[in-house]
Amino acid sequence: MQTPSPNLPPDQQLEMLRRMLTIRRFEERASADYLAGKIYGVVHCYIGEEAVAVGVCSSLGPGDRIISTHRGHGHCIAKGADLNRMMAELYGRQAGYCKGKGGSMHIADFGIGMLGANGIVAGGIAIVTGAGLAAQMEGKGAVAVSFFGDGASNAGPFHECLNIAATWKLPMLYVCENNMYAAQTAAAATHALSDVSARAAGYGIPGVVVDGNDIFAVHQAASRAVDRARSGGGPSLIECKTYRWRAHTERPGQPDSRDPGEVDEWKRRDPIAQLERQLREQGVLDAAAMDSLEREIMAALEAAVAFAEASPFPLPEQATDDVFASTPPSPTSGGGSGTGLTA
Amino acid sequence: MRELTYNEAAVEAVAEEMRRDPKIFYMSTDAIGPLLKEFGAERIRATPITEAALTGMAIGAAGCGFRPIVDWRQVTFCFVAMDQIVNQAAKIHYMFGGQVTFPILYRAAVGGGGRVAAQHSQSPYSMFMNVAGLKMFLPSTPYDMKGLLKTAIRDNNPVISFESSRLMARKGPVPEEDYAIPLGKADIKREGNDVTVVALAWLVHEALAAAEELAREGISVEIIDPRTLVPLDTEAIRSSVQKTGRLVIADEAGPTAGFSAEIAAVATEDPATFARLTAPVKRVCALQVPIPYAPVLENHVFPDRSRIIAGIREVMSPRLSPH
Repeated sequence: MQTPSPNLPPDQQLEMLRRMLTIRRFEERASADYLAGKIYGVVHCYIGEEAVAVGVCSSLGPGDRIISTHRGHGHCIAKGADLNRMMAELYGRQAGYCKGKGGSMHIADFGIGMLGANGIVAGGIAIVTGAGLAAQMEGKGAVAVSFFGDGASNAGPFHECLNIAATWKLPMLYVCENNMYAAQTAAAATHALSDVSARAAGYGIPGVVVDGNDIFAVHQAASRAVDRARSGGGPSLIECKTYRWRAHTERPGQPDSRDPGEVDEWKRRDPIAQLERQLREQGVLDAAAMDSLEREIMAALEAAVAFAEASPFPLPEQATDDVFASTPPSPTSGGGSGTGLTA
Repeated sequence: MRELTYNEAAVEAVAEEMRRDPKIFYMSTDAIGPLLKEFGAERIRATPITEAALTGMAIGAAGCGFRPIVDWRQVTFCFVAMDQIVNQAAKIHYMFGGQVTFPILYRAAVGGGGRVAAQHSQSPYSMFMNVAGLKMFLPSTPYDMKGLLKTAIRDNNPVISFESSRLMARKGPVPEEDYAIPLGKADIKREGNDVTVVALAWLVHEALAAAEELAREGISVEIIDPRTLVPLDTEAIRSSVQKTGRLVIADEAGPTAGFSAEIAAVATEDPATFARLTAPVKRVCALQVPIPYAPVLENHVFPDRSRIIAGIREVMSPRLSPH
């Protein structure tokens, strides 16, 4: 049973659908281009989990910050990243978000408050908790959101950061995307408790479970947590039960130990189809509007691919750029001549 | 000139920079009393014992415009934060194409001599030198400590301040007026002509004592203190060795893949320097063992002035000359 549509303006509900569908089509294209050899290394798809990123990010403002995981395309698009620069990064081009230094696993856009995808499970949790501390010290009411998986909830930084965020009342949302598997290994075999959210009790903060395929349920839970964080109430843990439709990565031939029946069952709970149905029932969307939305997204993706292909590859010697940032000369530097041994 | 201890010079550097820049804040598992008194608990944060969280939080706060300082206290405590140091702090600027800067200072005491056994007596800086994207230094005097620390706090990158446990209470001249020492600039702690000793931290002082003793025999020792490990002042090292023709490297760490190995490579892979060498390069390092507790054992493991003297005599020996 889907959560009834909240009192969100129809435009905002349609925008949620657009972003979810954009994530899905972007990744379908990324996977195809990966298999065609145009995208290198590794691609992790978020397909099936789109309601989590979009449901949470639609409760945020432009000054709020998020951090992502190795499965990061969805969070980028949900926070408003530019498809052209994303695709160019996947293509390893100069015009990519990271000038071709990062690839699929390391897209960031600090300008929109997207502090990066991260190849280390739980690696981002501490970084974004620092963004929460920054938001608290800035005092402008901004919040920070850590997206992470069920696997990361077993790693030390999860526990360290929940404790420090709860103690300091940092304006944080910890959003666990529980897709039931850490790579190939079932959460049921690695978690003492079936609900990650139950761990919130150990830190004295709210912990809730929501249907991660129900975008309005996610949005409502996130909005409550955002309100609490903005008003100085401290962090919340939101566990979104969801499912990854595809294998851990797009690499062909890798093992997938999951029961095909389980995959099919979750596909019947497609978060995008559920939102589309709700919007049609409300009369906000009809078949023509849906077709037009699909066409717009496909056109945007074609444009993104064209942008990526038109961007040059980095020059080999640019491999040594950006190891260090430059620092303006210090007004008092230069006193380096003394030995410091005798007066 | 007034004198401060090595530790007082560090605290003074932090305090002066914090007065200058309100974006600087400090996280440590214990607050430093005088800093807490002046700047309050908002900027001098006593934290849970969660070095992984602190090390990573500094990265996030830096990416949002702050200039955090994380005091690991003993270097040994930062090993629980290695993901955040190696995978995150060192790489984040590069990996994201230089979008924003990450000005962070990490502080860590290194070295032995305290009779505190293996975990609290380490000098693992070469492990960090091996990771691209981190700057680091290890001062030998209060003057260098203050000047380098101020520069490091103003730097727009993650910088590790390695600080010698043995030198914390050692006094030295520190001017009252504002000054800063650039990173990447070695200091000639003693000029000489016969042999170059490249030494760090406490061993700079041991090398100075060794040089004093050998001067009575007519051996003239030049002592180079690189001060900064990354970026390394290779030019200063090479030009000194080109002058003396002999190189001894004194390091409180073990020799394997260490700072001393890097210095040896800096000298020998440079054709102009290699051509001037008249003896093999000599390393005077700790034994390659965990540091033991009992004084007789610990003293045996670490190099000191007598081993530096023996090393210098070895490279001065005519029988070693390749020519």
